[in-house]
Amino acid sequence: MSSPTIPSVSVRVLLFASYAERLGREVLELTLPTPATVGGVLREVRSLPGGEQLPARPLCALNLSHVGPDTPVSGGDEIAILPPLAGG
Amino acid sequence: MSFLTELPIDLAELLAEVAEPDHGGIATFLGTVRNHHRGRGVLRLEYSAYTPMAEAECARIAAEAAARWSVAVALRHRIGRLEVGDVAVAIAVASAHRDEAFVGCRYAIEEVKRRVPIWKQEFYSDGTVAWVDPTRVEKSGIAEGVGHGGWSAG
Repeated sequence: MSSPTIPSVSVRVLLFASYAERLGREVLELTLPTPATVGGVLREVRSLPGGEQLPARPLCALNLSHVGPDTPVSGGDEIAILPPLAGG
Repeated sequence: MSFLTELPIDLAELLAEVAEPDHGGIATFLGTVRNHHRGRGVLRLEYSAYTPMAEAECARIAAEAAARWSVAVALRHRIGRLEVGDVAVAIAVASAHRDEAFVGCRYAIEEVKRRVPIWKQEFYSDGTVAWVDPTRVEKSGIAEGVGHGGWSAG
């Protein structure tokens, strides 16, 4: 039994504020083929119902730090998609 | 010590945090809830946050300012419901001389606004509610999106 399986990673995606409202949820569990990037996670989220309302290049964070779209993601990572910040 | 708080901010507590005998000055900034936004009356606000990242980002900002200007930094940001006039953010920066305190304080508030994952919902006097998007600019009286720097933060 050696049916080939596509290597994949499972990540947790957090949505906030207006983006959570657009998707109707605050947390997603996604599985992506490797090698996966933050941009790949974003494309997946934008393909979900309501996700098309997210901008193509929102702010993103990986494990509590701001990152760019080319950043690789690993299994168990937490990716956050951040609406325009409005603190202060 | 948490940077985010649901309770009213006590400035005296921040001043005590940064007080040292070799300091000669403390610069403070208080951000307060104003009663108008882009010509609309604002009744109150509601702040929410990605709490663990907001805490981490505030810690990084305070450490950066401390390292760059040899200052002591105390910082708080309110979360939850705020009324007009309430203090939403407070920063106290102490140093041996005033120049470093002022520049460190300015750095801290600008970086908080640019990097800390906090969101604000405004409740208007006409009964409507909206998420505030500081990246949208007024043009001919109509708010237009202009993107928000995308991946550049951090």
